[in-house]
Amino acid sequence: MRKMLTIISTVLRGNAGKNGARAVVAARTYADFTQQATFDIKKCDVHKLEEGPPLTSTLTREDGLKYYRTMQTMRRMELKADQLYKQKIIRGFCHLYDGQEACAVGIEAGINLTDHLITAYRAHGYTLTRGGTVREIMAELTGRRGGIAKGKGGSMHMYAKNFYGGNGIVGAQVPLGAGVALACKYQEKNELCVCLYGDGAANQGQIFETYNMASLWKLPCIFICENNKYGMGTSVERAAASTDYYKRGDFIPGLRVDGMDVLCVKEATKFAADFCRSGKGPILMELQTYRYHGHSMSDPGVSYRTREEIQEVRSKSDPISMLKDRMLNNNMASVEELKEIDIEVRKEIEDAAQFATTDPEPPLEDLCNHIFYNEPPMDVRGTNPWSKLKSMS
Amino acid sequence: MAALRCFLRSGKNAVAAGLRREIHQTAPASLQVTVRDALNQAMDEELERDDRVFLLGEEVAQYDGAYKVSRGLWKKYGDKRIIDTPITEMGFAGIAVGSAMAGLRPICEFMTFNFSMQAIDQVINSAAKTYYMSAGLQSVPIVFRGPNGASAGVAAQHSQCFAAWYGHCPGLKVVSPWNSEDARGLLKSAIRDDNPVVFLENELMYGVPFELSEEAQSKDFTVPIGKAKIERQGNHITLVSHSRMVGHCLDAAAVLAKEGIECEVINLRTIRPMDIETIEASVIKTNHLVTVEGGWPQFGVGAEICARIMEGPAFNYLDAPAVRVTGVDIPMPYAKILEDHSVPQIKDIMFSVKKTLNVPLRVKYRGHILLCHCVLCCSVSQ
Repeated sequence: MRKMLTIISTVLRGNAGKNGARAVVAARTYADFTQQATFDIKKCDVHKLEEGPPLTSTLTREDGLKYYRTMQTMRRMELKADQLYKQKIIRGFCHLYDGQEACAVGIEAGINLTDHLITAYRAHGYTLTRGGTVREIMAELTGRRGGIAKGKGGSMHMYAKNFYGGNGIVGAQVPLGAGVALACKYQEKNELCVCLYGDGAANQGQIFETYNMASLWKLPCIFICENNKYGMGTSVERAAASTDYYKRGDFIPGLRVDGMDVLCVKEATKFAADFCRSGKGPILMELQTYRYHGHSMSDPGVSYRTREEIQEVRSKSDPISMLKDRMLNNNMASVEELKEIDIEVRKEIEDAAQFATTDPEPPLEDLCNHIFYNEPPMDVRGTNPWSKLKSMS
Repeated sequence: MAALRCFLRSGKNAVAAGLRREIHQTAPASLQVTVRDALNQAMDEELERDDRVFLLGEEVAQYDGAYKVSRGLWKKYGDKRIIDTPITEMGFAGIAVGSAMAGLRPICEFMTFNFSMQAIDQVINSAAKTYYMSAGLQSVPIVFRGPNGASAGVAAQHSQCFAAWYGHCPGLKVVSPWNSEDARGLLKSAIRDDNPVVFLENELMYGVPFELSEEAQSKDFTVPIGKAKIERQGNHITLVSHSRMVGHCLDAAAVLAKEGIECEVINLRTIRPMDIETIEASVIKTNHLVTVEGGWPQFGVGAEICARIMEGPAFNYLDAPAVRVTGVDIPMPYAKILEDHSVPQIKDIMFSVKKTLNVPLRVKYRGHILLCHCVLCCSVSQ
């Protein structure tokens, strides 16, 4: 035991230069793992701010494993959805999030579950971080009654507590998010709203209308542009006269963040959250990230970008690999442990996929339900005048 | 007995009313209240009743409302609850919907419903459909209100009626009040409703006074959404209308009564969900139907009523085809003479009633008044 400790501390001291990590070796650890380490993170470009988020981030072993597990779950879930879509078990729209995991996980790490979040249609990852289970998400994709929206919403319309979807109309979620922030301020609960949109949506007029009102009324809103470099098949250079999305808020302070690094996203989100909670009004974050899949399942994703580009990002900037390397290189976890997590995640996804393919579809009686809330049962006209269907609240 | 009636009517003021009765004071009488004031008081009372209710829109606060409907509210409730917005409909309608999703009960005013077209995506896709898409997880208790339809001299871009557009969409409730009682009771119901309600007012009605009964003046007076009202009983023909045209129908009915034609006038009050049962019962009684609306004919409110009457039990009771009286199928012109001829007038309603009842029309011919059934005289007004 003592011999192992000596070896480890020698190795660690030797590794002190690598990765710029300063390791703190705790005296009493069950498996001799480093409980906590501080990492250098990329500096954020700032707009109308005196200073940005810190240049280092401290990660505990517990958090590291949690982020790893969540990102891996997200990754495998999206890949399973890809599979099921190709088998025609999922139909319609399916916009996959793999490659962008660090954004969803990093953001959630910087806020509380009591805060609010809204995003566009690439929403499976956020549904997970906001409290949805893989089972519910996959069953919603396959349109079954066990889905998070009972099969009535599909890929783009998933909801959870303090998570307002899942929105299909590009840009419409931004005013909605500011409205949620208005409610937060009105109800004085010190909560905020994270309001996400993509680089494609960033040119929408209603977003600028929202910037104006959020700033005027000092709404506690973190606007986040997930810049994955392509709005469907249009690269940012071809869509935006100014691709400095973090500056597009003009009078709203902005940050440009490395969206492939979960720690960078976390620190930036914490910084932004503190800014909002102090009553200074909205703030804007641009997360520079990348999606491995095409825009949606009907897009192979290679007509407007090269396979080499995708491969390069995968090998050099993959968010899960980045976290894994950091943890392994600083003895925060073992290869076996992470493999163990991978196996558990795979099993969870398999179970969920099994559920999603075997759960029955919603009953026909549910067709006309949920038109109105808190309303006595009413009749809804069917496809012909003799067809009177029942609608429950 | 009188004391008991007074007790029941006065509700909260029961004891005071009883005491008042004891010392021979009369209970509050009915008042003349304009539609504007009725709306104003309804909002005031609902703002007071529930902290989560707030009003936002252009000029609603410091300007007292573009049409003065929100007069005095900002002075009373302040910046937090009466919010002036920039001229950005899509943005502020979205903000209103988002706030409703997160627990507030917004009243979102469109200066006129013409401007709601800029925000219609938020009304339909974000508000109306969300409860269904989320399978009941996310409700949206919001009211969109403002003047709808033709005004006076405001020309084409400011005169469109949106009853049919919004009435088309499941997930929305659409109401269209006519008088002060409608305005007050329906607005209170709309604000208390947990679903998105489109509340179509009429600018030309704002200044018109109507009698409000003491019951209608009470703080908890509401008019149920989804129920039509028979404003005038009659046996010969059913007139169905909404908003300002209800008044025109009643005027037409008064003139027709002198000629022995008794019209039953139905005030729809709600466009969606439509109270077709009341219309059916009336048509079964009168055997004739004319719908009257200010909006355009194609795919309009009247078209829907006629289709439903065809599909329902009342069809077999019709002695003549059901017809629609509507606005002329053109963008609204400016010149007064043209504008006047773009919307249904009382004589148009009377003409349609007589044609439907096959009542001869009075025609001037060589200085003489004749009664004529013939086709040539159809285009001549009586």
